[in-house]
Amino acid sequence: MNPVLTERPIDHSQDLAQEEELAKTWHNLRGLSGWLSVTTHQQIGMRYIVTAFVFLLLGGFEALLMRLQLATPNNTLLGPGGYNRTFTMHGTTMMFLFAVPMMEGMGIYMVPLMIGTRNVAFPRLNAFGYWMFLGGGLLLYGGALTNTIPDAGWFAYPPLSGPQFSSGKGVDVWAQMITFTEISAMCVAVELIVTILRMRAPGMSLNRMPLFCWSMLVQSFMVIFAMPAVMIASTVFLLNDRTIGTHFVNPAEGGDPILYQHVFWFFGHPEVYIIFLPALGMVSSIVETHCRRGVFGYPAMVLSLVGNAFIAFGLWVHHMFATGLPQIGEAYFTAASMMIAITSGIQIFCWLATMWSGRIHLTAAMHFVLGFIFIFVLGGMTGVMLASIPLDLQVHDTFFVVAHFHYVLIGGALFPLFGGFHHWFPKFTGRKINEKPGKISFWILFAGFNLTFFPMHLAGLNGMPRRVYTYSPEMGWGLTNLLATAGAVLIATGGVVFIANAIQSRKFGAVADSNPWEGGTLEWATSSPPAQWNFTNLPVIKDRYPLWTERENPGIVTGMRNDRREVLVTSTLDAYPHHRLVLPGSSIWPLITAVGVSIGLAGSVAAFSWYYVATVLGAIGLIGWFWPREPLEIEP
Amino acid sequence: MRRLALAAFAAPALLAQQSALDPAGPDAGAIRALLVFFVVLLGALFLLVVAMTIIPLVRRHRGIDQEPLERTHRPSANTELRLKAVTGVATVATIVILFGLVVLSVSVGKATSSALDRTNSMVVEVTGNQWWWHVQYANDDASRIAVTANEMHIPVGRSVMIRATSNDVIHSFWAPNLQGKRDLFPKHITTEWFQADRPGRFRGQCAEFCGLQHAHMALWVVAEPPAKFESWLAHQLEPSAAPSGDDQKHGQEVFLNNACAMCHTIAGTGAAGQVGPDLTHFGSRLTLAAGTLPNSKGNLAGWIADPQSVKPGNHMATVPIKPEDMQPLIDYLESLR
Repeated sequence: MNPVLTERPIDHSQDLAQEEELAKTWHNLRGLSGWLSVTTHQQIGMRYIVTAFVFLLLGGFEALLMRLQLATPNNTLLGPGGYNRTFTMHGTTMMFLFAVPMMEGMGIYMVPLMIGTRNVAFPRLNAFGYWMFLGGGLLLYGGALTNTIPDAGWFAYPPLSGPQFSSGKGVDVWAQMITFTEISAMCVAVELIVTILRMRAPGMSLNRMPLFCWSMLVQSFMVIFAMPAVMIASTVFLLNDRTIGTHFVNPAEGGDPILYQHVFWFFGHPEVYIIFLPALGMVSSIVETHCRRGVFGYPAMVLSLVGNAFIAFGLWVHHMFATGLPQIGEAYFTAASMMIAITSGIQIFCWLATMWSGRIHLTAAMHFVLGFIFIFVLGGMTGVMLASIPLDLQVHDTFFVVAHFHYVLIGGALFPLFGGFHHWFPKFTGRKINEKPGKISFWILFAGFNLTFFPMHLAGLNGMPRRVYTYSPEMGWGLTNLLATAGAVLIATGGVVFIANAIQSRKFGAVADSNPWEGGTLEWATSSPPAQWNFTNLPVIKDRYPLWTERENPGIVTGMRNDRREVLVTSTLDAYPHHRLVLPGSSIWPLITAVGVSIGLAGSVAAFSWYYVATVLGAIGLIGWFWPREPLEIEP
Repeated sequence: MRRLALAAFAAPALLAQQSALDPAGPDAGAIRALLVFFVVLLGALFLLVVAMTIIPLVRRHRGIDQEPLERTHRPSANTELRLKAVTGVATVATIVILFGLVVLSVSVGKATSSALDRTNSMVVEVTGNQWWWHVQYANDDASRIAVTANEMHIPVGRSVMIRATSNDVIHSFWAPNLQGKRDLFPKHITTEWFQADRPGRFRGQCAEFCGLQHAHMALWVVAEPPAKFESWLAHQLEPSAAPSGDDQKHGQEVFLNNACAMCHTIAGTGAAGQVGPDLTHFGSRLTLAAGTLPNSKGNLAGWIADPQSVKPGNHMATVPIKPEDMQPLIDYLESLR
């Protein structure tokens, strides 16, 4: 029987029996082995979120250490080696182990709920991606515990990071950690693209899809094009130069260090947008819900997201203006870099228009969005300054740049993320988050952020380069640095308030119903927290905000079997029902494969032959993974 | 109150030893003018966006928090049309402004970073090393190439071309009062031009992370009137001053008989090492250890006795000097003016 779209009044009398059957089908095994073989998107997504949050705390701790070191001139808290290791770990942790995985985790958790399906398209690949991410994090911090800490910066320019100037295994660990996280990011990207394009609820044509899903879709395509570049830079070029004596980027042997910079930034700049686009999607979700109207200018928003993605690949050279490229090339990249302000600006205009014409409810989530607009727009303005070659040549590699990218990354990604936490907290936990402490944490974070990073603009213009472990009192940078350190302490305080509020609300918050904000998109149609199978009756929609317009008589899909993990596959553009797909259940093989690959990749830091181990162990895992168990084709 | 706030921000600017906000030449001057223009224009636009964000918060409907959430808001078609017009105008304005900024940036960039109208440039070759600067004055006659380190003298009012390279990792030459930065690559030459319009001492610092002592890789650019510069340059070409008196003579022997001479050159003596900075006229320099300390006898003694505590990780060997030899050695080195 093919699934049909019902037009009749829905018969809910069967729901209870259906739920019992679904509960049996979607039940995760108990015990440790059950926990390790989970493949449902909610659990995997939450694991990403929690793990990435732990890395945020580690990266934040490293940031505090740096601020304490720089608080006063000639400070000796960390010393040069300690400081170099700290900022390398901070940047690496925040970029590779916090920001990207956190956004991926939010996508994995929210996207199936928002498009009305039961799991992601490839549940076992999803689990594999998470284990690889965890493996990368363990490699980097396991290395740190054994004092194998990289110290060549998060972009590890050769020749400084090369075999001649960075002895020890720290940089190897760094380069291989990137392989782990990029494999993970690629898994998620493939996962989300297929899920979004082929598993949307019937009726959810692309132009009815929530903007958060659009942002994850665009971001995932960016991941697919950007991440291979960093693996070429860090693994093919750098790691091979270091471990097996290739000479890609080693100038002592005729290699070209500028090539490394090009390839690295071809990834590095889109990376910023990979972090930032999902945050834009969160802002749209928050704004439309808390302003009580659909986002103004939906087509313009979508086109801006896509435009951002394209332009992001055409401006990497603005990280390299000081390398002395020809004028004409630099002029092109100045224009391209400024162009991104157009697509970003359009999105800001659309949110402002939404706020102007909506009914703003000043919730904690909305506070974070307003903070985002303030901080991000200021960071965007300094971004326009950095795009201008002559200005860039003065402020490049100074604290001005440090200020700029913290404005765009903390303002552009962390504030929306915290807003998203407040917004979706009831969905995650089934309880409402306390509004007042949420607002208090916002104000502390907002004040602390600006106190930390605003003075850095001035320090940079006054000649303070990045990555200096100390400075003498005559330099005149003492006051700005002291203010920044005070601000960092304030940020930490805000973080503590935020965490305390989350823990308190998780335990004692008011119980939330399925739709506490009266949101319009599908994630609010199911219980809070959602059942393992997300939706007892898969929804059918006719509108961008089905919960606002079809409150009385929501459409549902009938004819799905509940005794196996079935989802509905729909057509790419119009989401017309195509066929039912049976998804695999729990499996331990993704973990075993990931462990095998991890052992091999981590071992290869010591000796190349470990790659063979990775191949064998990985192959064993994959054989188990693909061992035929049940016929997967659809019964007629 | 406002004056206080202004003073708080101005104070560090006045104190700073190197600053892009205090230009001493046409290039840094043009860049600062561009900076001021950008800050004023973009600052105004930023305030406009902030105002546009705050206005709907202030004028939001009273009692909205009591209003049931079920009532989603559907603005009238008229409102939507007005919003479309406003956002459309804002977008077009953004494009126009950015286009103007591109043209402006490229023209200033061209003026500040090319060799146009700089036919009379003096060429100074700068080589980056972990963590010091080798400086030499190009000359077709090899015997007339003046060499110094961590300090560069330039004539006021004349364009200087920097031809830069590196002996090890990537460094970046940056004297913010004079010009933006330029990276130094091994086996590769980069160039930039600048000019000082007034005499003065301008500090520069490595701006590309180059390892342990990236923080202590500074140099001083000393701009002098042309006549004074010429006499300085002529003096640099001379061999080192002969030691006068037994004390200095003994100091020279200490230098030549220890490992010092393996790495450092003192022209006119047997010391011809190429690994460390040239010390021929060391005594006349402002600082030691690449801008780490002021050049004084006390600092020099501390530096030679234990370089690793002054600048941890630097590549200068700790040469065991007998206590009784230390004072003559320092007297000799400081006499190399």
